[in-house]
Amino acid sequence: MRKTLLAASAALVFAAGPAMAQQKTIKIGFVSTFSGPTAVIGNDMRDSFELALDHLGRKIGGLPVEVIYEDDQQKPEVGKQKTEKLIESDKVDFISGYIWSNVLLASIKPVVDSKTFLVIANAGPSQVAGELCSPYVFSTSWQNDQTPQAMGLYMNQKGVKSVFLIGPNYAAGKDMLAGVASTFKGKVVGQELTTWPAQLDFSAELSKAKAANPDSIFVFYPGKAGVQFLSQYEQAGLKGKIPLYTAYTIDELSLPLQKELALGVPGTQEWVNDLPNEANKKFVADYIKKYPGHKPSFYGAQSYDAVNLINSAVVATKGNLSDKEALRKAMEKANFKSVRGGFKFGNNHMPIQNFYLQDVVKDAKGDFVLKTVATVVKDGQDDFHAKCPMK
Amino acid sequence: MTLIIEQCLNGLQFGLLLFLLAAGLTLVFGIMDLVNLAHGSLYMIGAYFAATFAAWTGSFVLGAVLALVATLMVGMAVEVIAMRRLYGRDHLDHVLATFGLILFFDESVRLIWGPEGMSLPLPSWLNRSVQILPGINYSAYRLAIIVVTLVVAVLLYVLVMRTRMGMLIRAGASNREMVGALGVNIKLLYTLVFGLGAALAGLAGLMQAPILTVQIGMGENILILAFVITVIGGIGSIRGALVAAIFVGFVDTLGRAFFPDLLRMVLSKDAASTAAPALSSMLIYLLMAIVLVVKPEGLFSAGQK
Repeated sequence: MRKTLLAASAALVFAAGPAMAQQKTIKIGFVSTFSGPTAVIGNDMRDSFELALDHLGRKIGGLPVEVIYEDDQQKPEVGKQKTEKLIESDKVDFISGYIWSNVLLASIKPVVDSKTFLVIANAGPSQVAGELCSPYVFSTSWQNDQTPQAMGLYMNQKGVKSVFLIGPNYAAGKDMLAGVASTFKGKVVGQELTTWPAQLDFSAELSKAKAANPDSIFVFYPGKAGVQFLSQYEQAGLKGKIPLYTAYTIDELSLPLQKELALGVPGTQEWVNDLPNEANKKFVADYIKKYPGHKPSFYGAQSYDAVNLINSAVVATKGNLSDKEALRKAMEKANFKSVRGGFKFGNNHMPIQNFYLQDVVKDAKGDFVLKTVATVVKDGQDDFHAKCPMK
Repeated sequence: MTLIIEQCLNGLQFGLLLFLLAAGLTLVFGIMDLVNLAHGSLYMIGAYFAATFAAWTGSFVLGAVLALVATLMVGMAVEVIAMRRLYGRDHLDHVLATFGLILFFDESVRLIWGPEGMSLPLPSWLNRSVQILPGINYSAYRLAIIVVTLVVAVLLYVLVMRTRMGMLIRAGASNREMVGALGVNIKLLYTLVFGLGAALAGLAGLMQAPILTVQIGMGENILILAFVITVIGGIGSIRGALVAAIFVGFVDTLGRAFFPDLLRMVLSKDAASTAAPALSSMLIYLLMAIVLVVKPEGLFSAGQK
C-alpha cells in the first residue's frame, strides 16, 4: 500500500513537472516596512503595487505573477537579510520596494552580485546614482538630492536670504540637506542632524533655529516624524515668524494628521495626485475606489510605476527572462505610461524628470489635499550620474 | 543667553516628563519587585484614551482627566488579572510575561484604533508661545507640562512621605515580608501601587501626545530612558527618580543642543554633524555607567540590603 502511494505520488510529481515549466511564473520580491510606526508607508506601497497588478489583469507580460512581500522593520540589517532570503531561497526574478536609503545601501550588494533586477520604488542614496550604479539596478523614484534641490531653487525665486537646515541623521537626511544647500544661493546659517528614527522631540533643534534667526527653515522628516515636527514648530511659536520649506515632510499619508499645521507650507515632489495625465487619473481614481478612506501618495505612485516598468520589459522580451542583456535594454527604454507623465532613464538608471511645487489646500469637502502649483525643475537629472561608470 | 535659558527649559520639561514615567516604574520595581516592561504600553494607552476622549467630549482637559481615570482602571485590571500571578517568581518570568503584555497591548490598539495612529490637537490657549522673560518666548504647552509635573511631584511626595499609605509604600520598598507579616493587606496595596504607576505613565503619555502624536509602540523607546533613570536614581526611590530624571533630561537636551558645536571645534564640520547626534545620544548611558561604578545601588537607594 505504502509503495503504491509512493509510486503514485512520484508519478504525480513527474506529471506536474513539465506542465509547471510551461506555465512560468514571474516572481517579484517586495521589501518595504510593514511594521512599526512607518508601516503606513509600506502599506501604501503594497496597495499601489497590488492595484497596478489588478490593472494588468494580475499578469506580467502575459505570465502569471507571484509577489512576495517582506518586512524590513526599517532596519538595514533586517532588510539585507530579507533581500538575501528573496534571492537565495525564493529565487525571485525581480526585486522592488525599499523606502529607506540606509536599508537599500545595506541590501544592494546581494542583489547586484546575483544579477537580479532591482526596481527601487523610493530610496535614492547618492551612492547608488554614482559609484555604486549597476546595470541591474533601476529606480522609479529619484536621487535624494533632487527634490530638495528643487526646493532650493524655489527659495531663490522667493528671495529667501538665509536658511537653517534640520533633518534626520542617516543616508537620506544627509543627501537632502546637501541637496538644498547645493542650489540655494543664500546663506546656510546652521544645520542640525537628529538621531533617526528614535528622536521625535525636536525642542533643542527648534530653539537653536530660533536663536540663529534665519529667513527660513528647511526640513526633511518623512512619515510620522513630519507630523511631530510641524506640531512642535507651531508650539514653539515659529509659525508665521520663520517660514518653513520642506521635502518629503507633507504627503497624503501624513496630511490627515497634520491638517491645518500643513497649510501654507510648500514642498517639492516629482508626483502630485492632480497631475493631469490619463494614467495618473486612472491610478488615483481606482486607488480611492479600491481602498476607501485612503489616498495614494508619491510612495504608491512610484510603486505603481515599478510594476509597469517591469511589465514593459517582460512584454518587450516576450517573457524570456534568461537573456539579461535584452531585458536590461528593454528596461532602459522606460516604455510605459508613468503616472508622473513619462520620464527617461539617465545613464545611471535614475529617472530624468520634472519636479513640481506642491501646496496644501482645503477642497470642497473640507479635506486637506495637495495641489500642484508650478513646475520648478524641467527634465532634471541628478548630479551624481557623471560618477557612474555606465555610459 | 536666551538660547541657554530656552534649552534649560527644554531639558527641564523633558526630564520632568520622564520623571512621571520613571516614578511609576520605580514604585512597582521597588515595592513589588516586579520588572514591568509593559509600563510603556500604559503610557501608550493613556495617549490613545486621551485622543479618543478629547475627540468625544471636544475638550482637551476633560479628555485628559477621563483618560487618566481610564488608565488607572486598566492598570488595576492588569495587576489583578496578570501581575498577581507573577509575584515571587523569577525576574526572567516577569520579563517574558510583561513582554507578552506589550505585544498584547500593541495588537489590541491596532484592532481598536487601527494602525495609522491619532493626533491630539491642543486647544488654542495652549498651542502658542508665551513671553516668559523679556525677549524669551516659550511654548505655552511645554510650560504647562512643567507646571503639571511639578504639582504631581509634590503630591507624590506628600503621598509617600506624609500619609499612612505612603508609609506602607516606603515600608514595602525596604522590607516587603515584614510589612506582610505585620498584617497589612499587601494585595490591595499592590493593586493600588500598580494602578498609581499606570496612571502616572498614562499622564506622561497623554501629555506627550500633542507633541509626538499617538502611535503604536510609542512607549518602547522612552521606556528605556525610564529604566535608565530608575537605575541612576536607585530602585524604589521617588526622590532618586526625580533627581535622576531631571539630570537625564538636561544631559540629553543640552547634549543635543551644544555638543555638536563643541565637536565642530575639534572635528571637520561634516564629521562633527554626523557624529554628534550619535555621541550625544550615548551621553545618558555613559552617565549611567559612571553612576553604576561609583554607587552601584543608585544615587538614592530605598532598600539597603
